[in-house]
Amino acid sequence: MSKSVKLVFTIVAIVMLLTTFGCKPATTNGTGSPQETVSPVTIHIITMDQAAMSTDEEEAIARAFEAENPGIKVQWEFVAYEAVHDKIVTGMATTPPAYDAIMVDVVWPDEFIKKGYLLDVTDRIDQATKDAILPAAWNGVTRNGKIYGMPWLLDTKYFYYNKDILQQAGFSAPPTTWEELITQAKVIQQKKLAEFPIAWSWKQAEAAICDFTILLVGNGGTFLDANGKPAFNNEKGVQVLTWMKQTLDEGISNPSSSVYGEGDVETNFISGKSAFMLDWLSGYSNGQDPTKSAIVDQFAFAPAPVFEAGKAAGIMGAGVDGSTAFGVTATSPNADAAWKFLTYLSSEAVQVKYSAKQLPIWKAEYTGDNLTKLLAATPSNPITLLAFLAQFPFASERPNVAYYAEASAALQQALQDVFAGNKTPQQALDDAAAIWIQLAGQ
Amino acid sequence: MTTSPDATTKPRLSLRKQDARFAWLLLIPSLLVILGVTLWPILNTLYLSLFNAPSGINQVRTFVGLGNFIDIVKDRTFWETIGRTAYFTFVSVGLELVLGLAIAQLINSKPFGWKFIRFSLIIPWAMPTIVNGAMWRWIYSGDFGALNGLLMQLGLIKHYIPFLTNSVTAMNLVIVADIWHVVPFVALILQAAMAGLSVELDEAAEVDGASAWKRFWYIRLPLLRPAILIALIIRTVEAFRVFDLVYIITSGGPAYGTVTISYLTYMNSFTFGKLGTGSALSFLISIFTIIMAVIYIRFLYRPEETSA
Repeated sequence: MSKSVKLVFTIVAIVMLLTTFGCKPATTNGTGSPQETVSPVTIHIITMDQAAMSTDEEEAIARAFEAENPGIKVQWEFVAYEAVHDKIVTGMATTPPAYDAIMVDVVWPDEFIKKGYLLDVTDRIDQATKDAILPAAWNGVTRNGKIYGMPWLLDTKYFYYNKDILQQAGFSAPPTTWEELITQAKVIQQKKLAEFPIAWSWKQAEAAICDFTILLVGNGGTFLDANGKPAFNNEKGVQVLTWMKQTLDEGISNPSSSVYGEGDVETNFISGKSAFMLDWLSGYSNGQDPTKSAIVDQFAFAPAPVFEAGKAAGIMGAGVDGSTAFGVTATSPNADAAWKFLTYLSSEAVQVKYSAKQLPIWKAEYTGDNLTKLLAATPSNPITLLAFLAQFPFASERPNVAYYAEASAALQQALQDVFAGNKTPQQALDDAAAIWIQLAGQ
Repeated sequence: MTTSPDATTKPRLSLRKQDARFAWLLLIPSLLVILGVTLWPILNTLYLSLFNAPSGINQVRTFVGLGNFIDIVKDRTFWETIGRTAYFTFVSVGLELVLGLAIAQLINSKPFGWKFIRFSLIIPWAMPTIVNGAMWRWIYSGDFGALNGLLMQLGLIKHYIPFLTNSVTAMNLVIVADIWHVVPFVALILQAAMAGLSVELDEAAEVDGASAWKRFWYIRLPLLRPAILIALIIRTVEAFRVFDLVYIITSGGPAYGTVTISYLTYMNSFTFGKLGTGSALSFLISIFTIIMAVIYIRFLYRPEETSA
């Protein structure tokens, strides 16, 4: 090999070395302190591409924020709800983390706080702000008196029914109990108005636990007893799971329910194939969108039914809390910029403007002139607001435990084992309860 | 005292050794990259597998030695998952090989439009696995699926069938989706190998009166063994690690009936935050795939055929 060729190769090798190991992350200025860098701070934020406001709306909010804050750029990452938790866990393994701000579903704060993901923002929130936001919204980010994020969404699952189908079946009102729903469903089937009157999101995912919560609470059951021990495997829980399996076996529930997620259920309902569904508030906007829906103006909200036994015991309603907040990641180098965006995202003006799929977290918006303005903000608000006020007070929280992800997976498996006929409801729930006890002891 | 010239003067390296040294010098950047992105993660995973390592910032890791491995092999779920993954691997790879061979043979016989067939084969293979999974999930839908629509049009069913609600059916349908995606890859490897085979042997056998089937079975197939070995090893390793198709089509359901070993690893690592268990599972996957590759090589590799 000639000397000149060797020289060329040597230079290439040195350049490769320098390129590979000489790289370092660009310096950013998220602390507000003066730095030499002139490039704007880019904050990375992850959220779900499902429920609540649309991704287009969230992008529009980000652009409006950037216009007001030229030094900050917002980079959203939208993923399916089922993937958000695991993406966060992966993204937090690096230094600096992949995200400056993360979505915090109501069932995640205990785990995220334990893992050290969330920045304590207690000192960043003044008393006036604390007082101005609905107390339920703080539940998802407050632990032991400390606040770990900014509330963003107050949501619960609503009971939707197809008015036309019910009318043709001869019913003037939607069911108030699940037993009544079965009666109506059978008539609907007899009149061939819907092959399967209701579809559920009972696939092996958190969505199944949301539906189970509504049914369990509506039967007078709870997840945990007063001592924090599993109680979902008592007779109340077993009755609920037996009922779920029975509706599948009898063809009242769409047999695909055991593999359907919330998107599938919504598609099924707004295509006019079923008479009832449980869905988040955004289901209303999608149902009213003529490009997606075959039942525009043909459906309505009703309070989620309860079981006769629950009703007899004085239970007036049942629901599941699906609220969501955003938190700044504890190791983010852009914490100030991220916090600034989160407060903008949850500000009253932004929340009122984008209230078609999620209603504001601010108390003041529900009284006086503000209420009038809120009702006029979008065409759907006069309807969704009433539904929210009727349903949200019954929203029940799922257990606030750091091991929730694994506990939920055990309960999901219990439901699936019963649907597949692998176990009896009692056996499946007992097995799940044993796992919960084991997890609590770790 | 006398000293030999060799002991006092530095020995000159031969030109060949000098070039070898220089080559190693040039390889250093690439080797460092490989160390960084391959060897280091492997060693780190091995290290993690020896700890109870919850995910999170500043979490305390407890050394458990081989405890994670022992817990895994004692867990019934693990062996059920291995059985399921083995079923997926052998059925999908087996069918892919048979179908791939048939398609390769078809293309090699150069029927009318064979170039178009070969080009068309690339489409399913080029499709990202995630897109492929989403497409098949819709095809299998119990309410809107094309498969139900087709069966209904043909009069084979009276009601739509919720295919994915049965774990055995669901697993087989995931296999179908995998086969559709990967058969072209196997077919193209085998067809390329077939194109390189000598035609003289085939023609001589034909003159001697051997049937087409016998010529294929006794002449072509043995000569294709190296290509088959490559396809088998690549596909077995890939199939044993299947994750994305399962994630998209069934999410491991129903009743965990389609959870494969990679899916179990993913759940332990990222959903449950058990990095130690996840790392141990990753190593066990590697061990299983190495064992399978060794078995293939042991039974199929014939150096004399490769060199021929």
